[in-house]
Amino acid sequence: MSANEQNFDGAKGDEVDVSSAAAEPSRSHGIPGAKTLLDVRDIRTHFRTPRGVLKAVDGVSFTLERGRTLGVVGESGSGKSVLSRSIMRLLPKSNTIHSGEVLFEGRDLSGLTESELRGLWGNEISMIFQDPMTALNPVMKIGPQITESLRLHLDMSKGEARETAVALLRAVRIPEPEKRFNGYPHEMSGGMRQRIVIAVALACGPRLLFADEPTTALDVTVQAQILDLLAEQQRERYMAMVLVTHDLGVVASRADEIAVMYAGRIVERAPTKELFANLKMPYTESLLAAIPRLDQPSHSRLEAIGGRPPDLVNPPTGCPFSPRCPYARERCTQETPQLVTVDGHDGHEFACFYPVGSPETEERRVEIATRKGAA
Amino acid sequence: MLIIKKLAQLVVAVILVTLFASLLLEFLPGDAADVLAPSASDQQREQIREDIGLHDSFPVRYTRWLGNFVTGDFGNYYTVSSKRPVADRLWDALPVSLLLMLYAQVVALVIAIPVAVLAAYRKDTWFDRLTNVSAFAMLAVPNFALGFILQYYLGVKLGWFKSSGYARITENPVEHFQYMILPTITLAVGQVAVYQRLLRTDMIATLREDFILMAKAKGLKAKRILFRHALKPSSLTLLTVAGLNVGTLIGGALIVEVVFSLPGMGLLIFEAISRRQIVAFQSMIAVVAILYILVNFIVDLLYTVLDPRIRRTDAE
Amino acid sequence: MTTGTATPPSAPTVRLDSAPSGSAATKSKRLNLGVAGWLAAGWLGLLLILAVLAPVLPIPDPNTSFAEIARKGPSAGHLLGGDTIGRDLLSRIIYGTRASFAVGFGSIAFGFIVGGIIGLMAGFFRGKVDGILTPLMNILLAIPQFILALSLVNVFASGGEVTSARRLVVLIVGLGVVSVPLLGRITRANTLAWSEREFVLAARAMGAKNWRIMLRDVLPNVLPSMIAIGLLGVGIAIVAEGGLALFGVGVQSPTPSWGNIISEGQSQMRNAPHIVVATSVVLFLTVMALNFLGDLISQRFGVKESAL
Repeated sequence: MSANEQNFDGAKGDEVDVSSAAAEPSRSHGIPGAKTLLDVRDIRTHFRTPRGVLKAVDGVSFTLERGRTLGVVGESGSGKSVLSRSIMRLLPKSNTIHSGEVLFEGRDLSGLTESELRGLWGNEISMIFQDPMTALNPVMKIGPQITESLRLHLDMSKGEARETAVALLRAVRIPEPEKRFNGYPHEMSGGMRQRIVIAVALACGPRLLFADEPTTALDVTVQAQILDLLAEQQRERYMAMVLVTHDLGVVASRADEIAVMYAGRIVERAPTKELFANLKMPYTESLLAAIPRLDQPSHSRLEAIGGRPPDLVNPPTGCPFSPRCPYARERCTQETPQLVTVDGHDGHEFACFYPVGSPETEERRVEIATRKGAA
Repeated sequence: MLIIKKLAQLVVAVILVTLFASLLLEFLPGDAADVLAPSASDQQREQIREDIGLHDSFPVRYTRWLGNFVTGDFGNYYTVSSKRPVADRLWDALPVSLLLMLYAQVVALVIAIPVAVLAAYRKDTWFDRLTNVSAFAMLAVPNFALGFILQYYLGVKLGWFKSSGYARITENPVEHFQYMILPTITLAVGQVAVYQRLLRTDMIATLREDFILMAKAKGLKAKRILFRHALKPSSLTLLTVAGLNVGTLIGGALIVEVVFSLPGMGLLIFEAISRRQIVAFQSMIAVVAILYILVNFIVDLLYTVLDPRIRRTDAE
Repeated sequence: MTTGTATPPSAPTVRLDSAPSGSAATKSKRLNLGVAGWLAAGWLGLLLILAVLAPVLPIPDPNTSFAEIARKGPSAGHLLGGDTIGRDLLSRIIYGTRASFAVGFGSIAFGFIVGGIIGLMAGFFRGKVDGILTPLMNILLAIPQFILALSLVNVFASGGEVTSARRLVVLIVGLGVVSVPLLGRITRANTLAWSEREFVLAARAMGAKNWRIMLRDVLPNVLPSMIAIGLLGVGIAIVAEGGLALFGVGVQSPTPSWGNIISEGQSQMRNAPHIVVATSVVLFLTVMALNFLGDLISQRFGVKESAL
């Protein structure tokens, strides 16, 4: 709180400058441990459903340092969206079972009361939602939707909040911000609305931002603009970000580290460069094959992943990816692989018995290629 | 542009209902004069026929009737030898009915909104179930039966409220409300149930919207989310239902007035029917039907004010 | 094509903001009444049997006065006591069921047939047919329903010389007319939706006759919502008869109906509240049963009341 108030003190002058309302390295005094902002330890999120317990997130751990970006990649149904909501503890209490620890600046969020959490939400931790067409209240003006968290968390007066909100709108490149302040969401395009959503999320200068598929609902041309805007705001504010997406291409150039999720677990995690240079999981490989690439002829076939993500109420025994994995062997259907570290690459973990590059996998790859050739 | 279209619809509807009211005399089996004053002499009956224009063709009679109607001449009560204008009593009665409906609406909304909002928020808890069951029961209570029962047990037996009669609010406000409490409750019960059920369903749907989760992620308190973010979109549905419901409300008010002897339109209509005053009946039907049209017209206008999206489509 | 290829379109998604509820889709096609549903249906069935069998039941004649039970509560031989002039109340309620059900079910049957035909034609043929029929129905909606019913009954069946039978017919037709636009609109809305379905379009493309498609492909699908609304309508009509009785234009005494038992009984509320209370309870339970079954069908077939 105090850090934020300080930041917004600067915004009381004539020239309201929101971009300055972020960078605050005050707490990262160079002690190695203090750089860690978020430490997630073995969290599990299960839903009680009429069919049984649905294990949406099933034992996920990672750490995130200040100002860094973690890309979380997976198909729909992989639990990646539930993950960010679990960390924030935004899920409805009635049918959700949480376990594990979430340390945010050393505080365990799972021990906080609802009102303590509310003090963090929108203030220190924010979230950007997937669909800007539904994320804004259709019958409320844009202005109040931004100012309400400023007034709540930063105790701003009406006038201050308004000035700050207009400055935020300018920062996210909304043309005519004063006019838009009094407008309604339906008067704007999807891309513009997503900018508003970003402005709302950034309003109080959060340290951690969850971006849940922030560009999925947008036109391809707008996607890059929004991602660039996010990256720019993140740099200026020294904010950590968890970028959730189903598209490896989105995180490839924007995340420091990538975690690939499948069936509620992280199945591979590595610094971005390392992942693309040396991927181990067959699942990651097939995700990669599903991205269109500029260096391939424009009509070359994209390889979609066959089959469906597993039913999280009754997951298959063994490796959950085994039913769809081209390289699966008997062992994969019986035992569940755990995360192991790649020799010599400290930050690279994967969960697979026969990783890409192993003799068994290569052997199978040749078999598949010959069969294709024969056909 | 829209307002002109709506006004045109309003005029058409008014013409239709006045036409209908006017036609009632036409449909009456037998001679209206015989119905109005069966024991009058031939000469007196001829006088009445002359007076209500029975000898004229329908178009002539309708135009004259409509002309009189818009200038506030609502015809007469007829007895064997005399006539008395309907207008005097009608102007006294109309505010009573309007007040009764207004009170019942306010009471119904004041109860239904918080209950529905809380039930939606605490979906599937005991509170939700209890209020659901009670709304379901309230929906099935016939208003006249409830009226008689409340009147007897709370009014007569326990003597908590005045059970029959009326005092004007301008003359004796305290007594006015003492008289109005039971009729208001009787009329409100069904309305509470309708609004509560509808608003609950609507709120549950609204609470699943992304913008509600986003409001939650801003750190807003539940109360603010429910009343500032969720209620307003749902209030449009509420308004639509209120509009559709006006017909039921009017019918209910007429019945409740008869139960509690409130001198409103209901009691006047009751009296007109039992004294076979078909001319007075016509005017009353027309007045009530026009009231209905006007309320719906206002609801329509309110709707455009409340929903920014509609305002925009209209502008285009 | 840049995104989403990794996502099979049929992939099951996790609902984040609410409990996943797929139960409705997995239920069998049959209507499951449940305990409360059976109770409701049982109550209506019981009333129907009593009403039909009334003459052979061991109850006194509904129009015979017994001076000793006038305005008295339950006693041996008179389970619900007597009414204002000493007629057996139980017997009058049972015989009253005949008139009340006749008005309730009869008027809705009228609305069902007339509104159903209008709604089906308007929804199926659209265009000019719709353009004529829908405004016709809307005219009836310009007048509050109770006022419309009151006017029709007052004009066509009031006065001393009107027979009970004529009054009953006018009541049924009058309330039936009032219900036409309500049933007509729901039918039209559903017909519009179902006429767009593949199997109907296919039947049309194969050259099936219109009336055949309407009756065989559209009507069976539209029927559940009509029945759901119809059941609510029956309750409304039975109560409306009570309201009309209050204005002196309900079912004509001495023929008993629930409505006229209550409105006659209210004059003796001080001496004999049991007349109004007992009859009101029967009326209340009946309306509740009808509403419950209507709701059950709505839920089962996903009828949207907003379609009204």
